[in-house]
Amino acid sequence: MSSTDVRHVHYLLGLGDDALVYAQRLGEWLTHAPQIEEDMALGNVGLDLVGQARSLLTRAGEVEGADPLRDEDDLAMLRDEREFRNVQLVEQPRADFAHEMARLLWFSTYQRELYAALLDSTDETLAGIAAKAVKEVDYHRDHATQWVLRLGDGTPESHERMQAALVAVHPYVAELGEDHEAARWAAEQGVGVLPSSLTDAVNGYVAGVLEQATLTPPDPPRWHARGGREGVHSEVMGYLLAEMQHLHRSHPGATW
Amino acid sequence: MSSATWPLWEVFVRAKRGLSHVHAGSLHAPDREMALRNARDLYTRRQEGVSIWVVASEDITASSPDERDSFFDPAADKVYRHPTFYDVPEDVEYL
Repeated sequence: MSSTDVRHVHYLLGLGDDALVYAQRLGEWLTHAPQIEEDMALGNVGLDLVGQARSLLTRAGEVEGADPLRDEDDLAMLRDEREFRNVQLVEQPRADFAHEMARLLWFSTYQRELYAALLDSTDETLAGIAAKAVKEVDYHRDHATQWVLRLGDGTPESHERMQAALVAVHPYVAELGEDHEAARWAAEQGVGVLPSSLTDAVNGYVAGVLEQATLTPPDPPRWHARGGREGVHSEVMGYLLAEMQHLHRSHPGATW
Repeated sequence: MSSATWPLWEVFVRAKRGLSHVHAGSLHAPDREMALRNARDLYTRRQEGVSIWVVASEDITASSPDERDSFFDPAADKVYRHPTFYDVPEDVEYL
């Protein structure tokens, strides 16, 4: 690549911020999951996502080429809300366990298709990150699938709550498949893929799980979240960042 | 959902090919498939294994401490059962 295009940076930030912000939400489950075994499972998923975020943000800083270079910590801890490019799905507050499994099912299925497609990225670093991540998110998707099957096809109460969770999460799903400006550029350059090109595969997988789980696909929502890729977030995002960034901003360079 | 409704499972992990599965610990899970996944998350997160078995704890029949005398003590003076009369080549690692 001869000269840096800011859309390349924005594309990588979108991928990295999705992983980072969702990892923050998943970390909140530690000590709150139904069982200690599930604490560990969700903690592991969150740590996988932190690892992906670190690589993706580091790469975003390299491509940006600022002087001095912004590293993963600068990008994760010192940007403000409007500079984050994650979808609004991942920033939504933690609700009950069924909500988390509904969110994880959609998000991990999306990431699974995304990383599989990014194996062919002309950004070789991104292709390398995808090759490692695709195995991780394959497991995340399996974990969510196992739980949606059990809750959907479980007791009357678990079925009802799983169904309600699918309805509640649904308005945040469409944003995953929206072709924002940076993604259109990235797809043209071969760096990335059009989010809309993943939608059929994502919907197909989730529909198969819901059917097997005896759940009903929710009606199309009357509104859907938008704008996350351009830095427009819901009210909860500021609180999430305050908690996530507090330590680093109060004690710059703190380590342990 | 309480722990009373989730049965206990015993986890056996094989560290690498050629070795046998070794008891690693136990965990709670609602069924055998989830037990296998929980075992993956709890006992192989630092690359401890290449294969996992899970067995419902209630399916294991164990010897009782009360039977220890009759089960194990009679073997104490049967020295001829030990393979100490064979020469073991030095490069045989697992025997």
